[in-house]
Amino acid sequence: MKPTLLETQDLCVNYGRVEAIHKVSIRIREGDIVTVIGPNGAGKTTLLSALMGLLPARGEVAYQGQPTLGKVSVDGLVGKGLVLVPEKRELFGSMSVADNLLLGAFARHRRGARDHARTMEEVFAIFPRLAERRAQEAGTLSGGERQMLAMGRALMAKPTLLMLDEPSLGLAPLIVKEIFRIVVQLKDMGVSVLLVEQNARAALQVADYGYVLENGSVALESDARTLLNDPRVIESYLGLGGSHSIAA
Amino acid sequence: MSRLFTPNRALLGFLLALSLVPLFAAPFTVTLVNYIGLYALVALGLVLLTGIGGLTSFGQAAFVGLGAYATAYLTTRHGMSPWGTLIVGMVITTAVSLALGFITLRLSGHFLPLGTIAWGISLYFIFGNLEALGGHGGIDGIPAVDLFGLELGSGRAFFYVIWATLLAAIVTTQNMLDSREGRAMRCLRSMTMTEAMGINTLWYRMVLFMIAAQFACVSGWLYAHLQRFVNPTPFSLGHGIEYLFMAVLGGTAAVWGAVFGATAVTFLKEWLQDLLPKLLGATGNFEMVVFGLLTIIVLHRTRDGLWPILMRFIPQREGKKTVEPALPLPRRDLPTTGREVLQVKNVTKRFGGLVANDRMNLTVRAGEVMALIGPNGAGKSTLFNCISGVNPPTEGEIHFMDQRIDALSSREIAKLGMSRTFQHVRLNQDMTVLENAAIGAHLRGRKNFVQSAWRLDREEERRLLWEASHQLERCGLGEHLFDAAGSLPLGKQRIVEIARALCSDPTLLLLDEPAAGLRHLEKRALAELLAKLRAEGMAILLVEHDMDFVMGLADRVVVMEFGEHLAEGLPQEIQTNPKVLEAYLGGVDA
Amino acid sequence: MDFSVALLLAQDGVTNGAIYALLSLALVLVFAVTRVIFIPQGEFVAYGALSMAAINAGFLPPTMWLVVTLGIAVAVVESVAALREGATARLPMIVFRNAVLPILAVIAVRYLPLKSLAYPLQVAIALAFVVPLGPQIYRLAFQPVAEATVLLLLIVSVAVHFMLVGLGLYFFGAEGGRTPAFTDGGFTLGPTYVQFQTLWIVGIAALLIAGLALFFERSIYGKALRATAINRTGARLMGISADLAGKLCFTLAALVGAFSGILIAPITTIYYDTGFLIGLKGFVGAIIGGLASYPLAAAGAILVGLLESYSSFYASAYKEVIVFTLIIPVLLWQSLAKHHVDDEDEH
Repeated sequence: MKPTLLETQDLCVNYGRVEAIHKVSIRIREGDIVTVIGPNGAGKTTLLSALMGLLPARGEVAYQGQPTLGKVSVDGLVGKGLVLVPEKRELFGSMSVADNLLLGAFARHRRGARDHARTMEEVFAIFPRLAERRAQEAGTLSGGERQMLAMGRALMAKPTLLMLDEPSLGLAPLIVKEIFRIVVQLKDMGVSVLLVEQNARAALQVADYGYVLENGSVALESDARTLLNDPRVIESYLGLGGSHSIAA
Repeated sequence: MSRLFTPNRALLGFLLALSLVPLFAAPFTVTLVNYIGLYALVALGLVLLTGIGGLTSFGQAAFVGLGAYATAYLTTRHGMSPWGTLIVGMVITTAVSLALGFITLRLSGHFLPLGTIAWGISLYFIFGNLEALGGHGGIDGIPAVDLFGLELGSGRAFFYVIWATLLAAIVTTQNMLDSREGRAMRCLRSMTMTEAMGINTLWYRMVLFMIAAQFACVSGWLYAHLQRFVNPTPFSLGHGIEYLFMAVLGGTAAVWGAVFGATAVTFLKEWLQDLLPKLLGATGNFEMVVFGLLTIIVLHRTRDGLWPILMRFIPQREGKKTVEPALPLPRRDLPTTGREVLQVKNVTKRFGGLVANDRMNLTVRAGEVMALIGPNGAGKSTLFNCISGVNPPTEGEIHFMDQRIDALSSREIAKLGMSRTFQHVRLNQDMTVLENAAIGAHLRGRKNFVQSAWRLDREEERRLLWEASHQLERCGLGEHLFDAAGSLPLGKQRIVEIARALCSDPTLLLLDEPAAGLRHLEKRALAELLAKLRAEGMAILLVEHDMDFVMGLADRVVVMEFGEHLAEGLPQEIQTNPKVLEAYLGGVDA
Repeated sequence: MDFSVALLLAQDGVTNGAIYALLSLALVLVFAVTRVIFIPQGEFVAYGALSMAAINAGFLPPTMWLVVTLGIAVAVVESVAALREGATARLPMIVFRNAVLPILAVIAVRYLPLKSLAYPLQVAIALAFVVPLGPQIYRLAFQPVAEATVLLLLIVSVAVHFMLVGLGLYFFGAEGGRTPAFTDGGFTLGPTYVQFQTLWIVGIAALLIAGLALFFERSIYGKALRATAINRTGARLMGISADLAGKLCFTLAALVGAFSGILIAPITTIYYDTGFLIGLKGFVGAIIGGLASYPLAAAGAILVGLLESYSSFYASAYKEVIVFTLIIPVLLWQSLAKHHVDDEDEH
């Protein structure tokens, strides 16, 4: 069995008095693609923000065997190879594609790395479209290109664990297909991936293991192939069966 | 704690002690307390501006100077009566504050304070250089104020004028804040929501700035007739900043913070100016250093200032816990059921290179619930913002009640009878649930801030609050009327937003994820409420992710994907539509 | 006014304008990155000029104990934060960098023959005991409330200004300071006489501006500051911490301020409270640039310098009024040109 890269124990996050996620325990093993799926508002983005240290949370998070919650800052985590591609992409709109990518290497630069040109060429090899647009301002890119730039920028940090928040959001099917193909390619290159998705079928097709998040808790978990054929996943999305919860 | 020390008794004791000051205290103390009154009046304006309006000014000392110089110049050079010069000063102040407000308040909130710095410096130099105003030497020989034949020449006599003015300002300010106008002012920080309730936020920010300027002007008038002499020194920018420190240290969340801040700063300054040079054996404005440091510490530790801390030791007055019955407000005629109320035609919305809505079409009829669904990022909230005027469309037309509205502001659209809730709850967390709901009824009242300051709005106020409580009861929040909105769970806060929208007596209700965060029974109650509103003829357009909720309630469903219209039909048709299934679950073959 | 007077005034205006331009750039930078409207910018000008005057006269840098005191305070605050995170290994470095280093510097400067040192070395020492105040002030006054509203940050900013003016009187006394010119004399150019110091000021200001431009365009740290200004969340996720960005741009602002003071000290007498008005004129430039555009801010600042110079000729008593009134048409134009709304609760 592959060693554990990231693990949470009973992770809880509150917004004011409301609990957004409740006792979530997940595990990501080295070299795996793990997906967290679930309908809107289930707490998927909150989970990622808590892992990244952007939100105060309770419970335990261990990354590479070290507890991180409240102990390691965001830049510390990025330096250790835990990198998040956020749902809103958060690009530097009025800066060029190349500068956006360069800044992805900022945490490594501070730790002495100077091989940014080579790393950028590697990113361009994965996303040739970005090479074509390197001098263009990020704000003028199309939706698909923005997602590619967000992922490329994260890859400049040479992540050990890449966390993707809804990479398919608002993208046309052909581009979604391309993005998921790259996710698989990253896995082959040795990057572990935590893939948060609403697009359950696509995510489960590429993932090794999956969790279904509903109302802030893990409702189902299993290897991805099993979940793909589980009718309860569909119910949790479209409410076809008229049942109120699949957690029961 | 014993009942000996009640809020009323504390206030009474304070007033009694205050009224005895001129009779028994040493002249120096009387002078000091006089100054405290003058400073507190200016600080009160800053409490309004900063604590309520989320704006601030460094130029209040200049308004004080305006009031002082207006009366100094006109009484000594033109022999005008002090009462006449008071009016002249206030008229000039109105003009200056409106002009400054007009040029800075449309910009981001920090441009007003920057503008007031320039204003403060400029006026100071004008005072110091104009021959007619006596230059740096100033103007002396200002006559005493004559009140019903009584000449108020001494500091002791003038004491009562100053403190009566201050107390009147405090009472009228409190009255104003506890009214329809005051509620609008207290919500100014949440501009999008406030505008969507039909409230002109620019106007209310102007009003707050103007009131603050008037308080300063009156303080200056009082100062001139107390001192009987003016020169530019007390009206410099540095003094303007000191006024702000008084407000911040005392606390900008409560009107009494101004009095407390002015008192604390005045006494502390006296003491420090005495003590520190002796202690440090050198000259210097050490009190400046101390005030700066104290302000920073207060802002780091307790942003509401020191007054709330003091208040912990006094039992708080119980707020009113009943709503008096009143005549219902007049309602608008609802269109006949089945009539098309809203038409969205080929609406496109672009953000830079992104197309969030692409030639969207939909219609909503009176007496129906139309649901707008689609995966995350499909552009539903964007469309809501286009319809409600929060963020108008790039192309296309929107018609509401036979009127084209895609170029109108959210405020104008609200007046036509459309009301909405927000995906991210936008309530004033510190106001009660009742007050929050009453914001929605803003357009159904007419009384202005002067009328509310003098309590000439009570009949209308009772009707507005009665309406708000009625709508809250309907929404099942009857037991929470007097709770702070922020103390409710998020799901219930969403319901408060619905009640607030209903208070505007809308023809069309836009609900952005109303069921999110609700428990099963609460969802059922909400569905029943919406069904009832539909039966009354209201048109409802809602975005919702809870499919059980949507499918059970909606008459028709429109599905969006990639900003486009994907499907439309009855709930059962949508549930079995393969295109919809694919949009939600994805159909990509890896 | 004849042509030679006009030229003389223009020379004066451009000289002051160059200083205002430098300050306005620093103000725009600090605001864009940290949302702090840096009112104390002018105090750094005064501190720089007066420290230089003191060192030039052979006195110890008057602000050295402030640097030490604030350094110790920073060390305490940082140590508490490190202990809370359980990072005890960082403690020695924190204490050394923030507290020990300033104390060593104070000891070292006591053994230097300040008066007879070369001018550039005196400049370096003056900067060494003023510039650190920038990051120290950021750490102590602004970092704890870095997420607060612009309004609250502005009030903190004004409070810091108040403190620095009060302390300035204590450190430097009420008397003004003036330093010898970098190079004495000047030369006649056509109908007008040009002082060498004027050339120094304009030249060094231009160099500094070019240096800043290079820093932002070429270096990864400069780009990181720009990125923070554009998208704070995005920058944070790339490991660019807001604390680092804040400290960096306060250091730059303090450097620009103190250096500006050293540049103008030979041509104007600087008092402990003169800095405020100088800083505000930089502000007028920054506001002309909408607190966002660097080139517009610099151009606006030059305009402020010229306007001030010509109005001091025509209506000297009202020159401040005229300069500050300039922002009214500017704000009016900006206010009518774009309907900008601020919504603090929108994230």
